Amino acid sequence: MSKSGFGIEIEGITHGYVPRSGKPTVALDNVSLSIAPGEFHALLGPSGCGKSTLLFLIGGFQKIQQGTIRTARGLVSEPGPDRGIVFQNFALFPWKTVIENVRYGLEKKGIKGSEAEQRAKHYIDLVHLSGFEKAFPTQLSGGMQQRAAIARTLAIDPDILLMDEPFGALDAQTRRIMQEELLTIWRGTGKTVVFVTHDVAEAVFLADRISVMSARPGRIKRLVSAEFNRSADPTIHKSPAFNDMVEQVWEMVRDEVDQARAQGH
Amino acid sequence: MVRAAYTYFPLVLLALLWEVISRSGVISQDMLPPFSVVMRALWGLIQSGDLLSNGTASLTRAAIGFVLAVGVGALLGAGMALIPWVYRGIDPIVQIFYPLPKSALIPLVLVWFGLGDTSKTFLVFLGCLQPAILATYNGLRGVDVLLGWSARSLGATRFQVVREVMFPAALPQLLTGLRTALAFMFLLMVSSELVIATNGLGYLIGNFGDQGSYPEMFATILVVTALGFLADRGFLALSDHLLRWRP
Repeated sequence: MSKSGFGIEIEGITHGYVPRSGKPTVALDNVSLSIAPGEFHALLGPSGCGKSTLLFLIGGFQKIQQGTIRTARGLVSEPGPDRGIVFQNFALFPWKTVIENVRYGLEKKGIKGSEAEQRAKHYIDLVHLSGFEKAFPTQLSGGMQQRAAIARTLAIDPDILLMDEPFGALDAQTRRIMQEELLTIWRGTGKTVVFVTHDVAEAVFLADRISVMSARPGRIKRLVSAEFNRSADPTIHKSPAFNDMVEQVWEMVRDEVDQARAQGH
Repeated sequence: MVRAAYTYFPLVLLALLWEVISRSGVISQDMLPPFSVVMRALWGLIQSGDLLSNGTASLTRAAIGFVLAVGVGALLGAGMALIPWVYRGIDPIVQIFYPLPKSALIPLVLVWFGLGDTSKTFLVFLGCLQPAILATYNGLRGVDVLLGWSARSLGATRFQVVREVMFPAALPQLLTGLRTALAFMFLLMVSSELVIATNGLGYLIGNFGDQGSYPEMFATILVVTALGFLADRGFLALSDHLLRWRP
């Protein structure tokens, strides 16, 4: 399904910042990672490990200080519609209705009128929001807002889907449903997904591979292949293999959480 | 309607109290003409056309000053919010002049621009400029950066992000600031005309006061009050309409 044999090539990314009240901090230290086209890749780690920073660098939202990130479109230097993003807090345009939000990116692509309407409706339907086209985001639950945000991003048909803890603000049941639906959509579209989370079970459930990241300075400590996402078995969460994997990954993360805590995060 | 009548009932009481105090002679009728006399004077001013011509003169100047201030203020405020050197250049000036009552500049502006329309328009402009700058600046600064990132990844240019995302997102704060500016508009409109004018509502108030035509003076004050109130209500209704997406 992928448009080329190119996923995301991250090479030697080092990124630091100076917080308003403190000494310069290295958020990412010489991170290299190769993500295959069509891969569902999770960035997993404690808060402050730089996983969101890495995602934002792939998105082109922050200036790369050192190293390179390459996609099918070449070197990343600024945001572009080939890399769609979904944030934890949805970042919908609150003054636009659901369908106006979804149409925004389409109009930027030059798709207007009834074709934009049709495509927007298609993606709203895909995330099960039909009937809420004319609702404003503030009139929707958190889960529905995130559905709208996902529809808005999918509508521009990006090669790469960047997701920053997209289900972190949702309640447990909604989160589970959204995870399953995301997998269904991913299987149907074959997009490359980079998914940031601190939830081990979520990463194991969703990802082909998991980058387990270390606490500050952020590094990729281990690469784990999970691949439970290829199964459409709804009871996969209960399987011993799944739980063993969660346990195993959790052991890797635990050290990092302890370290992060020792550093005061 | 019933609700409005209920809300503004104290105003009726105030008018009655005014009438009684004046009629009873507690306060001399010269100083406080009875409400009914003021109403009669108001009717006279309406019939003579004085109110209309002077009101039009005032509101035209005020509106021009207000619109110019909003335009220039939005530009400067946006510059401050988006471009660091613009901020460094303008912010100290805005801060220094913040506590200065703009009416203190009336004599100076008279020297600069004379008695014509320009002086009053300029004073209204000055009075409204600061709230317009600050509302734009604070509004744009307060916009969630992720909204802009979303738009950029959806294909918007930087300029489109400012116009199509940041300004709409800043609209609630912008409108709050413009409401303040609207109040300053009336303040400067009347106070400037009290000092330097040959027409206008402020001029009427001053002139009637000098002549000892107190019923007419009170009538004009009431008109200014009513205009200010109606403008504010109208602005609020417009705000509610523009912000109907808010919960």
